[in-house]
Amino acid sequence: MTFFIVVSAIKVFVVFNLILVGVALLTLAERRICAWMQDRLGPNRVGPQGLLQPAADGLKNFLKEETSPALADRGLFTLAPMISFVPALLTFAVIPFASPLPTRWGPVPMVVADLPVGFLYILAISSLGVYGIVLAGWSSNNKYALLGGLRASAQMISYEIAMGMSTVAVLLLAGNVTLSQVIAQQQRGLWFVIPLTLAFLIFMISALAETNRLPFDLPEAEAELIAGYHTEYSAMKFSMFYIAEYSNMVTASALMATLFFGGWDIPFTHADETPSFLMTLLTLLMFGLKTGFFLFTYIWIRWTLPRFRYDQLMALGWKVLLPLALVYLTVLATAIWYLHARLGWAYGTPMALALGGVNIVLLVFLVWWLDRGRIVSGSVAGEAA
Amino acid sequence: MAIGVKVMRRPTRETSYLRATLKGMALTFSHLWRPKVTMQYPEEKSSHDWTLSSRWRGTHRMLTDEQGRAKCVACGLCPQICPANCIKLVPGEDENGHRYPLIYEIDEFRCVFCGYCQEVCPEEAIHVGVHYENSEYSRDRFVYDLERLCAQTHPVSTLWDPSDPKGE
Repeated sequence: MTFFIVVSAIKVFVVFNLILVGVALLTLAERRICAWMQDRLGPNRVGPQGLLQPAADGLKNFLKEETSPALADRGLFTLAPMISFVPALLTFAVIPFASPLPTRWGPVPMVVADLPVGFLYILAISSLGVYGIVLAGWSSNNKYALLGGLRASAQMISYEIAMGMSTVAVLLLAGNVTLSQVIAQQQRGLWFVIPLTLAFLIFMISALAETNRLPFDLPEAEAELIAGYHTEYSAMKFSMFYIAEYSNMVTASALMATLFFGGWDIPFTHADETPSFLMTLLTLLMFGLKTGFFLFTYIWIRWTLPRFRYDQLMALGWKVLLPLALVYLTVLATAIWYLHARLGWAYGTPMALALGGVNIVLLVFLVWWLDRGRIVSGSVAGEAA
Repeated sequence: MAIGVKVMRRPTRETSYLRATLKGMALTFSHLWRPKVTMQYPEEKSSHDWTLSSRWRGTHRMLTDEQGRAKCVACGLCPQICPANCIKLVPGEDENGHRYPLIYEIDEFRCVFCGYCQEVCPEEAIHVGVHYENSEYSRDRFVYDLERLCAQTHPVSTLWDPSDPKGE
């Protein structure tokens, strides 16, 4: 028991700090990658390759004046950044980031809290983040902030449904909501991205919307709403929203890696299943690589795609992603039932490949159907209707 | 559909946003590796494809003769032609009857850098220079006296030549 408490405290401390440092570096990565994509260099003055830029930014945010609008609801105005900050950091607690570390006192699972309800916990906590944003928008007493908050609540609630639906497919295959079991199941066969390609796509799009990143950054929408819900925030309070946004990104990326790309699993080998110190390090690296890849994709998408119009955003969420997720779930559940109950297959490579085939067929239909501009149409709206 | 909006019928390949998205992603990704255009200013002041024009009109410079005296003969043409009225000239004359400037000051704040002073100067004494880094800590440092104008070392402007309008 003492061992458990000590180890948990160490894990909480390390993970918390790693995430904050990661978030700081992510802000730098965002700016540098954006610069490279625009043929610029980006911030490279503070420290080698600009690595100390986040420290300089942090210092600046600590020293800046805290402004508070005269007519703002003072209590909620102060509370909102915290409400958005805390759940963003809480969600990472259940994500396993490496294979268990064997110690003299028994194996230590490399996850802050290996909750039996791991995945449900993530869904529950991550949806709390919207309160911070809505309260920020409301308490600022500013029309732009309020509009940003309204958009955020509508958007995040809409996409949460599609996101939840897409992950039900994962749970069907894994047969468990504990994330370490989800990873263990993927080690048995192929990564879930093969049998659940479409679910992954839906999840990725919803995750973009959930974290308010472009092309779904309507709550911020600087062109229309100045800075949306955090218009009135300055200094460290603003910084907390910023950190919350980025740690949400980290969590979403880690979640994509965990649910669909085998978590800390090293592909094409089973050596990572026997715990050792080296394997813990290697799997940690693998997990970092996968998460990093999705973080890069986030940044990549942000600096490529323009923002959606608000009605398009809602149409995509309710008219495309939600029905798609439902139909997909029905088809996949049937397929799994057929393979499992009728043919007696357990999850493994053959089943994954068979489901992958189903996915490819569905994907072809989906692209054919979507790619005619029928649902989410741009400047050529109304043509097909 | 709003009234009066003309809807263009375009082929699918042009309206397909999935293709457009992938194309855009490929484009931004390819830009990651392309050479960067940023010139890192204080260290780099010109690059292979950009340098300050030799016709640039910047901080003034007074040329001097072999004895180190200003070439100016205090004829008074430059304060006369100066549209910004930024040149202050008090002429003097030595015992040999040679005229020289007693006071010659240019207020670089008032100056509009038209280069007329250089163009009008019969002695090719006052020039505008190919130089732009003239920040100072106080406003009065922007009034350059004769000594300071003579001490400048940057290249002087070639100005625009009517017989060679493109600078070839």
